Amino acid sequence: MNWIAIGVTFKLAALTAMALVVIGLPIAYWVSFLRWRWKFLIESVVALPLVLPPTVLGFYILVAIGPHSPIGRLYTDLVGHPLPFTFEGLLIASVLYSLPFAVQPFAAAFDQVDHRLIEASWTLGVSRFGTFFRLILPMSVAGVVTGFVLSFAHTLGEFGVVLMVGGNIEGVTRTVSIDIYDEVQALNYAGAAKTALFLLAVSYLILLAVYAMNRKVWAVWPQK
Amino acid sequence: MASEVIAEIAKTFGDRFTVDIRLHMPLDPPSVLILFGPSGSGKTTILRCLAGLERPDHGVIRCGPERWFDAAAGIQMPPQQRRLGYLSQDYALFPTYSVEGNVAFGLGGLTTAERAQRVADILALLQLHGLERRKPAQLSGGQQQRVALARAIARRPRMLLLDEPLSALDAPTRLRLQGGLRHLLKQLAIPSIVVTHDWAEALALGDQMAVIGAGRVLQMGTPQEVFNRPTNADVARIVGIETALEGRVRESVEGLATVEVAGVALHALAEDGVGPDVFVCIRAEDVVLAPGSAGTTSARNQLQGRVVDISSMGALVKIGLDCGFPLSAVVTRSAVEDLHLSRGLPVTASMKAGAVHLVPRRDATPTA
Repeated sequence: MNWIAIGVTFKLAALTAMALVVIGLPIAYWVSFLRWRWKFLIESVVALPLVLPPTVLGFYILVAIGPHSPIGRLYTDLVGHPLPFTFEGLLIASVLYSLPFAVQPFAAAFDQVDHRLIEASWTLGVSRFGTFFRLILPMSVAGVVTGFVLSFAHTLGEFGVVLMVGGNIEGVTRTVSIDIYDEVQALNYAGAAKTALFLLAVSYLILLAVYAMNRKVWAVWPQK
Repeated sequence: MASEVIAEIAKTFGDRFTVDIRLHMPLDPPSVLILFGPSGSGKTTILRCLAGLERPDHGVIRCGPERWFDAAAGIQMPPQQRRLGYLSQDYALFPTYSVEGNVAFGLGGLTTAERAQRVADILALLQLHGLERRKPAQLSGGQQQRVALARAIARRPRMLLLDEPLSALDAPTRLRLQGGLRHLLKQLAIPSIVVTHDWAEALALGDQMAVIGAGRVLQMGTPQEVFNRPTNADVARIVGIETALEGRVRESVEGLATVEVAGVALHALAEDGVGPDVFVCIRAEDVVLAPGSAGTTSARNQLQGRVVDISSMGALVKIGLDCGFPLSAVVTRSAVEDLHLSRGLPVTASMKAGAVHLVPRRDATPTA
């Protein structure tokens, strides 16, 4: 097995999932609580990665962060090298690619919080910010963990976006799924099988954890 | 300008329903204003507008010198800054917090020691000691109600807004807590607005009462005034009860109480924790009329009186009686004809003991 590729993949997945908690929570809060007529436009954009071919998404990200775009130029000016085919570039792409896997469970959990509880908190003088961290977030722990784990698992298995944005650089952007593809191309079926089985096992265990955690009977506080 | 709460607001929901009210309540001395009306009349909307949870379309809300809402100036003070105690109908206790955590939730401005002291004081006041570590789901309905009340008063709000504070409870618990709430409101001396559709609650808790129907204030006065003298048929229909008199319980034997009203003794079913000072409430439809003096019936109360007023209310006719105190009865048109009811006619009004309801009076001293 290619342990270097596995290392890159887990690092990418972990950083993506963490970034998505930071970015996804405000987006989910916004999607869940703000009453805005055109909200569905944003919701659709967040959900786009679910249906777009990864190559399409990867293509647009590549163009967006490439040296000819304002973002790409700004990054090159600041850091000194362009974003595409680097780990950072791959991370940005992964975050966008897994956005719905984090935002949707977060928002679903926020939706479950009774609005009357939130109003009660406001009338007790607690700010919106405080209400989020002291009331909404603790009541949404299961959804937040689910979103974290799902985006982690989703990043583990991504292929098309990695190929488009990250390329195939050993130790930098070569992930497990690319490695499996390479092995098959080289007709090394035994190597591909081992890595594939490893990925299958890890993904299954992660999903097992998610579903077990979301079983109502195991909820932390007594249900009424 | 006197220190008072002024709410002159209008809010339309789609094209179906409009709330359009003017309410004034003095803040000093602190009093209890009842918003009384059927469900869907807009009572809760008014309370939510006062709490800042709902934004009216037009008008102003002022609390003393502060402007809480002004449509023309585009001012809407957020609920956090209004320093209110708001109790919603379902209590909205935080399920992830203990009783203690719920009560302390809004006390962020205090030091840890002050907070602990305040929580202990409030829990003692509402007799919740021993439940500090319980989660809301582990409490009875009555306990939940008191925790929600404790949480609402913990911040020492300048005004309390209570939305149907007792309606989620079963009848015996409601009756028990009604007395507790009355004493608490008196003790706290915080101006309060209480939404209810229960006349016993209105009489027991209220200093002033606004009858709300279809989003408007139909009548304003003391609860007793409103119940005795509804200004029009709409109010009469909403408040239901037509006679509310001050009385005093003389004795209570085997569940049957004898109350004295204006020198006349009435029999009523004795209620726990009620008395000696009470409101005696009689619904007009529970009063049966007979000409002259009737013979013995199963009804415990037989009152000799005279007809003083007859007024038509559609299919029914409202009869005003003088039985030593004013009493209202509602009968059908045909009954008026059969009994030849006219002004000055002597009649016997009878009602069962169960139709005479006793409600504790607000200025009454606490009873165990």
